[in-house]
Amino acid sequence: MFSNFDWDVIARSLPYLFYDGMVFTLTLTALATAGGIVLGTLIAMMRLGGLPVLPWIAATYVNFIRSLPLVLVIFWFYFLVPYIGQWVTGASRPVQVGAFTSCLVTFTLFEAAYFAEIMRAGIQSIPKGQVAAGYALGLSYGKVMRYVVLPQAFRNMIPVLLTQTIILFQDTSLVYVLSITDFLGAASKVAQRDGRLVEMYLFAAAVYFVISFAASSLVRRLQARVAIVR
Amino acid sequence: MIEIKHVSKWYGDFQVLNDCTTFVSKGDVVVVCGPSGSGKSTLIKCVNGLEPFQKGEVTVDGVKVGDRKTNLPQLRAKVGMVFQHFELFPHLRVVENLRLGQEKVLGRSRAEADAKAMSLLERVGLTVHARKYPGELSGGQQQRVAIARALAMDPICMLFDEPTSALDPEMISEVLDVMVDLAHEGMTMMVVTHEMGFARKVADRVIFMDRGEIVEDAAKDEFFGQPRSERAQQFLSKILAH
Repeated sequence: MFSNFDWDVIARSLPYLFYDGMVFTLTLTALATAGGIVLGTLIAMMRLGGLPVLPWIAATYVNFIRSLPLVLVIFWFYFLVPYIGQWVTGASRPVQVGAFTSCLVTFTLFEAAYFAEIMRAGIQSIPKGQVAAGYALGLSYGKVMRYVVLPQAFRNMIPVLLTQTIILFQDTSLVYVLSITDFLGAASKVAQRDGRLVEMYLFAAAVYFVISFAASSLVRRLQARVAIVR
Repeated sequence: MIEIKHVSKWYGDFQVLNDCTTFVSKGDVVVVCGPSGSGKSTLIKCVNGLEPFQKGEVTVDGVKVGDRKTNLPQLRAKVGMVFQHFELFPHLRVVENLRLGQEKVLGRSRAEADAKAMSLLERVGLTVHARKYPGELSGGQQQRVAIARALAMDPICMLFDEPTSALDPEMISEVLDVMVDLAHEGMTMMVVTHEMGFARKVADRVIFMDRGEIVEDAAKDEFFGQPRSERAQQFLSKILAH
């Protein structure tokens, strides 16, 4: 059945697929993960802190974002970000931010809601006694968080955080709704141009599988190495 | 050094501390004992502000603990505390546990903190374990590290919250030995414990608590000789019986 397939189309389009497509996908994944974890950790701390109103705001944000489909958010943000930029900077017309920036903002804000829940679980997994011991040494709330709670929470949660990152990696393919050339977008364009849909989509699937699978195996090994001795 | 005046505390409707008044003078060792749930741990945690209280006043070295204006971290840095479950930071090596407060609170240099840490580890006999993680040590060793960690801050007094309750019997004495040495050196100590042998050896005064009240507060000999209250008598006969 593969006899009339043209595998050569893959070889010919490799530079385009990887230099244009995969670089975009990986950059977006890496930056959105970093941004999402930082923002998510802040949201988790807001939610768990004893200050008024903040926990409510954080919880509302998380619940709101998590009840929206990602595709919808990507779409919405692409049209919204220029206007938000205009509003923030006070410019006279919508600020053109470009597809990549728009996607980065979207994924960071969207994933932050998920990372926030992971970090919340991580922070809550640290025994109260650890916090008390930090305070007893004279550490402030911020320093207890920074040196005692978050490093432990982060390590406990690394497997879940990386799993979420793998999901994020796969989710970046949804930027196709904006006709952006991510890896899948690139494969799709070649497929349409050369009329080689089956070959290109099979190849794209294989690449996503290999990367995700390798990353999952890495997570398992890493887990053993970073686990805290108890 | 430590003054506790008419301190009361409630968890909702439940009163855990009822009008507690006592003191610890400089250089004194005061042992706090009593049945579980009597409020001993809560009382000692009021001293460094880990537990808030609703009524009364606690002063440490002239500083009011319950006052909103008090810089609690600064005060806590001067008061060493040792916990029942050690509470070493499991993600940090032993020596890093001893360095953290020194560097991040007292602002000592890495070298200074390291030197202090190593000399204290030598003192508690754990120099060879400096590079290990707490999880690799026995309970007794961990508690000695915890004592060293508190001492690294050069505290003016030390609080011990049942430091031997979570230990296997054979490890209790190695921890008590360190505490006895400290007491002999003149450290001001407030110790919640059931170790009456320790109390007999080094305590100046013994406080007996029951149901959130300080029932008895007496010099050691007086307390062990003839406790005035019936509840203290019963408690002593129970724990000294075997």
